[in-house]
Order: sequence, then C-alpha cells, then structure tokens
Amino acid sequence: MNIIVCIKQVPDTTEVKIDPVTNTLIRQGVPSIVNPFDKNAVEAAIQLRELHGGKVTILSMGPPQAKDALKECIVMGADEAVLVSDRAFGGADTLATSYTLAAAIRALGKFDIILCGKQAIDGDTAQVGPEIAEYLNMPQVTYAAKIELVNEKTLRVHREQDDCYEVIEAQMPVMITAVKSLNEPRLGTVWGCVRACRGEIKLLTAADMPVNYDRLGLKGSPTQVRQIFTPEARGLGKIISGIPAAEAAEQLAQMLCKSIG
Amino acid sequence: MDLNFTEEQLMIQKLAKDFAEKRLVPTVSERDDNSEFNRPLMDEMVKLGLQAIPFPEEYGGSGAGYLAYIMAVEEISKYDDGAGITFCASASLCGYPIFAFGTEEQKQKYLRPLCLGETIGAFGLTEANAGSDASAQTTVAVLDNDEYVINGAKLFITNGGEAETYVVMAMTDKPRGTRGISAFIVEKGTPGFTFGKREHKLGINTSITMELVFQNCRIPKENLLGKLGQGFRIAMETLDGGRIGVAAQACGIAQAAIDHAVKYAKMREQFGKPIAAQQAIAFMLADMQTETDAARLLIYRAAWLKETGKPYAKEAAMAKLFASDVAMKVTTDAVQIFGGYGYSREYPVERLMRNAKITQIYEGTNQIQKLVISAAMLK
Repeated sequence: MNIIVCIKQVPDTTEVKIDPVTNTLIRQGVPSIVNPFDKNAVEAAIQLRELHGGKVTILSMGPPQAKDALKECIVMGADEAVLVSDRAFGGADTLATSYTLAAAIRALGKFDIILCGKQAIDGDTAQVGPEIAEYLNMPQVTYAAKIELVNEKTLRVHREQDDCYEVIEAQMPVMITAVKSLNEPRLGTVWGCVRACRGEIKLLTAADMPVNYDRLGLKGSPTQVRQIFTPEARGLGKIISGIPAAEAAEQLAQMLCKSIG
Repeated sequence: MDLNFTEEQLMIQKLAKDFAEKRLVPTVSERDDNSEFNRPLMDEMVKLGLQAIPFPEEYGGSGAGYLAYIMAVEEISKYDDGAGITFCASASLCGYPIFAFGTEEQKQKYLRPLCLGETIGAFGLTEANAGSDASAQTTVAVLDNDEYVINGAKLFITNGGEAETYVVMAMTDKPRGTRGISAFIVEKGTPGFTFGKREHKLGINTSITMELVFQNCRIPKENLLGKLGQGFRIAMETLDGGRIGVAAQACGIAQAAIDHAVKYAKMREQFGKPIAAQQAIAFMLADMQTETDAARLLIYRAAWLKETGKPYAKEAAMAKLFASDVAMKVTTDAVQIFGGYGYSREYPVERLMRNAKITQIYEGTNQIQKLVISAAMLK
C-alpha cells in the first residue's frame, strides 16, 4: 500500500497573535510544530502500513525550515519525506497550495491513499485536502475517525459528524482527511531520530513538476485576506445540564425572557 | 571538545523528555508511594529504543553514540529516576558487557532483543559479603560436561526478577582470587535460578531490586561471557561505563530539584515578597545550579571520552563521585527551600532527596571512586 501524507508546519500556539498593521500572523518567537491533525494522518498511515505493508511518504509545501516538520514525521516512522519549496510558491492560498501539492503528488508517482489532517490550526480552512482530491480526480472522504481496509481496492471510513458517524466505502485511490479521534499519534523512536538526521529529504521545486506558473503562489491565489482580527472575548456561556430536556428547555425559555426583560 | 550537541543528540533528548512528560510524570508520585515497578510502562519506554542508543545497528542498536545515551538517561531521570536506572542498568550493565566481550552468537541472541526493547537486562556482582570487595565472591560455577553449574546468591540486583537476561559473576577458580572470577549469561526461567525477596528501599521505588538465587542452576557452556577467569575485568570495565550512567541519573535528580525549587521560590511569599527575592534563597539556587552544571560537564567529558574510544575510567569515577555528591546536596537544599512543604510527600522534592542517596552508593561507593581516581593519578 502506497500512502502519501500531506502535512503543514504551523506555529505552536492556541492563541494566534496577529500583527494589527500587516494583518499577518506573528511568527517570531513562536515555535513551529506539525499541524496536530496532520499528525493523526501520519499515525493512520503508519498503522495502515504496519497492518498491510507498503510505504509512507510525507509531503509538505513550505519554506526550507519546514524540513523540521518532515523530520518529526520520519521520527514517528514514515519512510521518506519530500519538501516542495520554491520562491514561486510564496503567498499561496488554498487553491494554489492544493494545485502545487497535486502536481507534486503526480510527479512522485502513484499512491493508493492520500492522507491529510482535517484542517490546519493556523488557517482553519479545511480546503486543501478536498481540493487536492479534485485536482487528482479521485474520491474524497473527510473527517475520518476510523479507517479500515475492506479488500485490496476498498477502504471503509467512519466519518465523524456532530451527532453520529457516517460509514462510507470508497475505492482507492482515495483522499482522506483525519480528525483528532482517529488515533493517538506516537512519539517515535530513537532509530527514527537517527534516520531523520542522517537521511535525505527530497526537494521538489517548480521546475521539477509540470506546472502552469500563473497558478502558483500569490499570482495563482484568488483569495485575498483583507483583514484578520482577534474577536473580543465573550463571557462564559451557561449550560443547563443534568435535568430532562423538557425542563431544561423551560428553564432556558425563562432565562431568555428575563434577559429580554 | 565540542560543546555543541548534534541535531541527533538533541532530538533523542527531546524524545526522552516528551515520553517522560507524557507517560511517566502523571503517575510517578503514585508509583513511588506504592513501590510499583510498572512493567508495561517500562516496556513502552524501552521500545522507544533507549537501550539501543549506544549500540551499533548490526545488533539492533541505533548507532547514535554514548553521549546521546547519557543525555537520555539524564532526561528520563529528571522525571522518574527509577525508570532512568531501569533502562540504564539494562543497557550499561547487561547490554554493554555482552557487546564488548560476547561472541557474535551471544550478541545476536541477547543484545539484539535488548536493543529492540523486547527484553531488559540485569547484572549480578554484589553478594551479601562481597560489596566493595568484589573478590570475596562465594557464588561458584563448576563445569560439568557441557554445562556450568552455578550455586550462590546475588544481592541488591536492579531489575532482578523482571529482567530476561542476566550477566552474572561467579568463581570458577577460587585460589586465583579475582582472576578466578568468570562472567556468565543466565536467562530468566533457567531451572535452579530463582529470586529472593524484593528489597524495600529508601528511594528509587519505581525501580525493582531483588536477590538472585542459584541452586544447581545449569547453563550451557557457551553462555560463558568472555574468557574463563576474565570476569573481574569484565565487571570492572562494565562498572566504569555504568558510573557515567549513574552520574547522569544523579544530574537529572539534581536538575529536577532545582527546577522545582526555582518555581517554588518565585511563587512562595513570606514577609511580603517571594522568597526568591531573599538573597539567602537566591544564593542557594545559584550554588545549586553552578554545581549541577559542573557535574554535567564532568559527565559529558566522560561520555565523550568513552564515545571516542579514549580511556575514561578515571573521568567516569570523577563524574560519578561529584555528580552524586552534588545531587545529595542540591536535593537537601531544595527540601530546605520548600521548608515544611519540602518534607511533605505532597511535594516532589523529598522523593528526589531520598532517591539521590543511592547514587552515592551504587556502581561503587564514592569512597571506591576515590580509590579509582587516586590509583589512576598515582600509578
């Protein structure tokens, strides 16, 4: 089974700070990590390989320092890592990013499964995975909480919904995005540390892939971020719990009436 | 000597830290209170490859070197030094002599699974009446056809009862004294090999310490480790390396005590300000960190010498002597900074103080370290 996992290096902060003048994330002094949902995707890929054999390749588009994130995935147990990096990719929105990643995946060969995290914790768009599937013309199953092999061509995926799981079977090749409850990502091993430091990370630039330069980076990005701001903190909400729903509804109605006055 | 660590060394150190914070810290206090040796948790730890760090790839090792290994011992020991000594005793005292003196078959059979974290190891030298005087061994091994028959007992054995592989010293030629001692590899489960009582100890209660009992225990002749009569040399060389590990354990304990003390001193207010603002406390902290850093540098020097194949016995003894004394002093001072709370089991520093004491005793008492150091100076 040939699996490729797309990961993103993101700033390690739950409270993203924004420069009020430039409307961009302040990255200085904030350590970088592998996007947590992407780690679930890497863990799922490694588990599938352990069960069914094959190879796990990690792919990331980003500046040269994104190598650190790729190395972290090698420590976990991935077989190889590829960095897609070029000045031409700078300033890409999700459309240009998924276009580039899809081109890179095509350049790297055939894969049975493409795994992504459900979204990145910095941008929170949840668009890149599905867009890659569209570019590569393959089925997609998002928000996977469980992935199992039905037969050599088919996967069964439990999609996490608000109040239930949707069980979907899909033919490979397929793109799947991972949620947190899919698994508990492993820390890795000492052997992984050695492989990460002594192994090569393959580099793909725009010249290595058949791409239309107009669709790369800032030029290929129709989305423009006009403003990013931190919303004002709201007060704590009140949760009515521990009583039957009908009583809770009545209490809630009374509270609402009072607040309207 | 380059004081910059490689990316690989730092990555391994971080792996040990991440594991300790995630898996060891949440239960360490409870395991200590209950003297619980948690085998599944220890298995999880050794499966990270911690026992593989200093050994070459052909035996399942990682080839990352001795300094990376010592950094991992220190890191784990910062959070749970019982866990630190568990894998350190296994790798340094069982893995190393098999690596350095074993046959190719012995290395594949015993060192490989140890590196892979499938087994843990132990080392049996000390006896009831043979502590610092290792030549007073009464455990004997007699060749009978194709087997050695071992009789005797070994005391205070770290990982005893839990380890699958034991490197055991026994007399094969009593009149020759230390030259009559030989080393053997004994597997757990061998008929005639049983375990005595588990020690109740002052500290390091998350590790296990037991007596090994041999009653007509027959092992195959090929389980002789090294040459006949080479046991004392094997034991001494093994302990030289083991001392760097114990020094790293001591350093981890000391650093943990400092980290707790600094946090507490900044938070605890008396006379209207944090006690850290009192010079009496601030100067104690300054001494504690300076001494611990000095110990760490001695440890890294010894590890670097060993890694680069240079003589290190004297430097290992110096690191062990100094680091363990520093750990004892620093943990005692940390308890002092915490005051009454420090004496309470509610806070971790009393555990660190109890655990520090053993580092002055095992792997050769600090008095023996002074013998080793002075003998090297005066020869």
